Amino acid sequence: MSYSLDFGWLYDALWAIARGASMTVLLIAVTTVFGTLISIVLAAGRRSKIPLLRQAITAYVELIRNTPFLVQLFFIYFGLPSLGIRLDPIAAAILAMTLNMAAYTTEIVGAGLDAVPTGQKEAALALGLRPRQVFVKIVLPQALQIIFPALTSQVVIMMLESAVVSQISVSELTYEGDMLQARTFRAFETYFIITLVYLALSIGLRRLLVGVGRATLPAGVS
Amino acid sequence: MIEFTFWDIVRNLLFATRWTVALSLAAFVGGTIVGVVILILRISTHDWARRFGKGYIALFQGTPLLMQLFLIFFGMPMLGFRIEPWTAAVLCLTFYASAYLAEIWRSGVEALPAGQWDAGRSLGLHRVQELRLIILPQAFSITRAPIVGFLVQLIKATALTSIIGFDELLRTSNAINNATFEPFKVYGLVAVIFFVLCFPLTQYARMLEARQTAH
Repeated sequence: MSYSLDFGWLYDALWAIARGASMTVLLIAVTTVFGTLISIVLAAGRRSKIPLLRQAITAYVELIRNTPFLVQLFFIYFGLPSLGIRLDPIAAAILAMTLNMAAYTTEIVGAGLDAVPTGQKEAALALGLRPRQVFVKIVLPQALQIIFPALTSQVVIMMLESAVVSQISVSELTYEGDMLQARTFRAFETYFIITLVYLALSIGLRRLLVGVGRATLPAGVS
Repeated sequence: MIEFTFWDIVRNLLFATRWTVALSLAAFVGGTIVGVVILILRISTHDWARRFGKGYIALFQGTPLLMQLFLIFFGMPMLGFRIEPWTAAVLCLTFYASAYLAEIWRSGVEALPAGQWDAGRSLGLHRVQELRLIILPQAFSITRAPIVGFLVQLIKATALTSIIGFDELLRTSNAINNATFEPFKVYGLVAVIFFVLCFPLTQYARMLEARQTAH
């Protein structure tokens, strides 16, 4: 059987691919910001003195980490409307991605918080800073510096995982690929190109984050 | 229309779960075999082999699993092979797992003190013997916790094969949902089943890790 590869459709498809890629970038950007912020709150909450709060956060983290993202996405998009919560695809995708990412980064941020020596906190308290100031100005920046590489990896993993939100018809990169292959009947070539775009995105995203880390955090970020 | 009771739903889902389990096991076994080969290339003394291993791992870790599935599912027929969803799923998850397993084991190999290699050489062992008798057994044993952790990731990854039409847990639940219009219940149950499969493994990985750090 002979089959010749045909990339003739590519020129006309560039715009669709670029549009899909920018949607993927938008999704991961929003998710990273919200996911990180939520996980800082949750990681701090998990170290609070209120047992119920600690248990609730642990339950959330375990539930998300032990079920597939695709199931979480379907539950939010198809399941929540029966509770009267109806989300459009993009909102459902962002919610699912944020909840998923926050569960993983809660563990990462928590590990960073634990890695900051307690002497730092004690010294800051001795200098008369209020507990909240100690957390925001002393402990958190040092923790973020420690966990930055792990956080970067998690963002890249989430970006790759976001390919499945095409299943609830969010028009991101994979969805545009689905549309293209349905039109061109060149499934292999289409997904090959889309895969290359993902590869470029993951390399670019990693470089970007490492660069941002170098510029904003003190030494020690690789 | 067929009426589904709650127990009909549960029974059908549990029936489909065996395919999720079978796929996870097949991919784990296949991934172990291919992963050892990739590991040996990755830590080879030959430059080309190391570069191939590194590229292989980077490729599978830098692209979405869904794209890997699509490329195998749509690419194999072009090479003249008829491919069923089950074959595509096993093949793809095997490659996917092999990249992650090789990378975890490589971290284990690198964690070993250089003295282990020196000792092997001073005993006059051939490189293959050295790997087989000294390096790999230790690398495998110190990476047991992350390997179990990866198994959880692999079980969750099997859900994606529903998209190329493999009848595992999630695809079955989509079908049940289309018949019952009870997505909250159906997807909730699917989440529970995945949780029951994964949570003990997560705990086991945690226990292994605690035991490791206690040493």
